[in-house]
Amino acid sequence: MKKCLVIALCALVAFALFGCAPKAQPQSKSPTGQESSSKEPVPPVSAPAGNKDVILATTTSTQDSGLLDVLIPLFEQKTGYRVKTVAVGTGQALAMGERGEADVLLVHAPEAEKKVVESGAAINRRLVMHNDFIIVGPKEDPAKIKGSRSTVEAFQKIAQARALFVSRGDDSGTNKKELELWKAAQIEPKGSWYQESGTGMGQTLNIASEKGGYTLTDRATYLALKKNLSLVILLEGDKSLLNVYHVMQVNPEKFPRVNAAGGKAFVDFMVDPETQKVIESFGKDKFGEPLFFPDAGKPDIY
Amino acid sequence: MDLVVQGLVKAFRLLLSGDPEVLEITLLTLRVSGLATLISLCLGVPLGLYLAVARFRGRELVVGAVNTGMGLPPTVVGLWVSILLWRSGPLGMLGLMYTPTAIVIAQAVIAVPVVTGLTMAAVQQLSPKLRLQVLALGASPLQFWWIIIREVRFGILAAVMAGLGSVISEVGASMAVGGNVRGYTRVLTTAIVLEVSKGNFDIALALGFVLMVLTYSITYILTIVQQRRRRW
Repeated sequence: MKKCLVIALCALVAFALFGCAPKAQPQSKSPTGQESSSKEPVPPVSAPAGNKDVILATTTSTQDSGLLDVLIPLFEQKTGYRVKTVAVGTGQALAMGERGEADVLLVHAPEAEKKVVESGAAINRRLVMHNDFIIVGPKEDPAKIKGSRSTVEAFQKIAQARALFVSRGDDSGTNKKELELWKAAQIEPKGSWYQESGTGMGQTLNIASEKGGYTLTDRATYLALKKNLSLVILLEGDKSLLNVYHVMQVNPEKFPRVNAAGGKAFVDFMVDPETQKVIESFGKDKFGEPLFFPDAGKPDIY
Repeated sequence: MDLVVQGLVKAFRLLLSGDPEVLEITLLTLRVSGLATLISLCLGVPLGLYLAVARFRGRELVVGAVNTGMGLPPTVVGLWVSILLWRSGPLGMLGLMYTPTAIVIAQAVIAVPVVTGLTMAAVQQLSPKLRLQVLALGASPLQFWWIIIREVRFGILAAVMAGLGSVISEVGASMAVGGNVRGYTRVLTTAIVLEVSKGNFDIALALGFVLMVLTYSITYILTIVQQRRRRW
């Protein structure tokens, strides 16, 4: 009798599990079905054969700034793929690429990216856009970094004054950049004035704002969150503060489960002139200035 | 404080306007967490009943594991389920990573120990004489279990509420195995995390209110059923 019960229960569980899968399917059948957002009927696009899901591993800044909310529906409508965006730090996004867990990467840590390409895990790396990093901090500027001639000088002043600096501490692109800058300033950031938040850019900005500390941020996230922050830009425009984004495919030859066609389609989409125009105008209406500057086709010196 | 008011206003607006995205996220949350609770019920109740009654060597070890599991950290579950479901993992060929099914699996893992532990505790509160009495009256095993289940049904209801509460409010596992994909695996908790990091505190608060109202409504219905025949 007990066995019967167990079998019956197993059947129920199996049913429940399978019951979930078909429910999820209809969405994947029509990845272009943006009924709610686009009023006009969308002309049928050439539906891609094979796997329709593209896993995009990207940095939090592209998601938190709202850029992907504009670009992803456009891509899905154009190509018929459905994008699964996983927004993590650049370090994790690259790690996902190295393990073949994603199909395409949109990240901003050129040095680390090159290593991934050299290892053979990523191919077709293309320059997409840039913006810049900025150093923000409390208006009072306790370390008096405003007017510094270079980032190195500003970082040295912060360390000398032992003024609070909030680091991402999460191996993200911004974190990598920040550590590069400390290295260039020949300072080993340690001590009670240097705090690692271990969270994304948005959260780190909130922490810096609440605690009255300095932090390094990409401009896009700062502008998007500015309304909640009591932080001002204290240093910008230094050459070392350039923030460059590349898109690349995860190598399907190395990882057979990777969606090769989907990854390629996304790379092509990101460097397409039309997309580049969208990137250029993104954020102008809301923030009065562009958040990203399109770079596709320009010589890639990074 | 005005942020809370803003959040409330926004929540009302979002609910009244029937924002399709919020509705979709809410329905997905209900479907995923409901299914996970159902699965945990199917596994946890029999396991709890069995553990309460059975005598075998090492039972304390198992019970201890179940009791520890009642506080299983969702992020750890998320990590383990991710390792199983990744393309490079043992179940990679199923292609379940970043799907609602993946969240259901992870949440079920979180809820099973909760349901098991509470069911077990409920049965163990019954008078041991009941067992002798039922068996002495010549009940078949099926009848015996049926009577036990009837006796502990309120305890099981409490287990359902606790299980649902633990999964509908967790964010670590949903984020890890679901990926918070817009329109596909975005549930209320992961949406809240995203809106906070976007700096949209009012929307985050609004979604928080939706989640709390949802949880309260479900729990309220279950509570009414549970308290219908109160004896104290």
